[in-house]
Amino acid sequence: MNRRNFLKNSLMTAATITTLAGLMIKPKRVYAGWPKESFDITDLSESIKSVYGHDNLEESSKVKLKVPDIAENGAIVPVNVKTSLDNVESIMLFVENNPQPLSSGYNFSSKSRPIIGTRIKMGKTSTVMAAVKSNGKIYTSAKEVKITIGGCGG
Amino acid sequence: MSTIKIRAKESKGAVTVKALMKHPMETGQRKDKKTGGKIPAHFIQEVVGKANGDEVITVHWGPAVSKNPYLTFVYSGSKGDKVELKWTDNKGNTDSKIAEVK
Repeated sequence: MNRRNFLKNSLMTAATITTLAGLMIKPKRVYAGWPKESFDITDLSESIKSVYGHDNLEESSKVKLKVPDIAENGAIVPVNVKTSLDNVESIMLFVENNPQPLSSGYNFSSKSRPIIGTRIKMGKTSTVMAAVKSNGKIYTSAKEVKITIGGCGG
Repeated sequence: MSTIKIRAKESKGAVTVKALMKHPMETGQRKDKKTGGKIPAHFIQEVVGKANGDEVITVHWGPAVSKNPYLTFVYSGSKGDKVELKWTDNKGNTDSKIAEVK
């Protein structure tokens, strides 16, 4: 192989590798919207701060949080949230005594109504808090759920 | 077979979408009883809900959402709308399904 061809080939190989590497990285960028840091935090108030940038919360009777008083199985705790507040941007669910308090987040568009329901895991008895972002302010409602069997262990 | 089941029903201009997704939702904290090692985390991170192609809701889930997760949401729409749900998990797997509003 002469020098010119060698250079040409190695350049092409390099280009191919770069393209492949680019393709391999790509799927990760899709999750840029998933707030990994907030989901990793283990302290409730730090978690709230990382989501909103502050922890200026206001309890409101307009946030309706429906959770059971006692859940026999911590692996499946039904949670329903609705609110009569307007211009709702998002609803976030926090579980104080879970390893990572941030449980899930729901971001709305102008078409959606601020009503959500899901099932979450709870390791032990804890306060569950729903936080609603409406007109730039955070309104909350919290309730304790007693757990008879934890859902996060083995 | 799809991992998603959707039921979408309209009443007085509000469409209620109820969905069940089949997924292990491993937290990464559970131990494998045979090997004693941790079972790696494997959970749905994002669910996007669309109605007739327009994004209605973007859901971010952590590992503390139950196995075979359930999701309800409501939007302003009508009968015959095409509701699409798509989930993406932390390993990059995805699945989606379209259902018609009844």
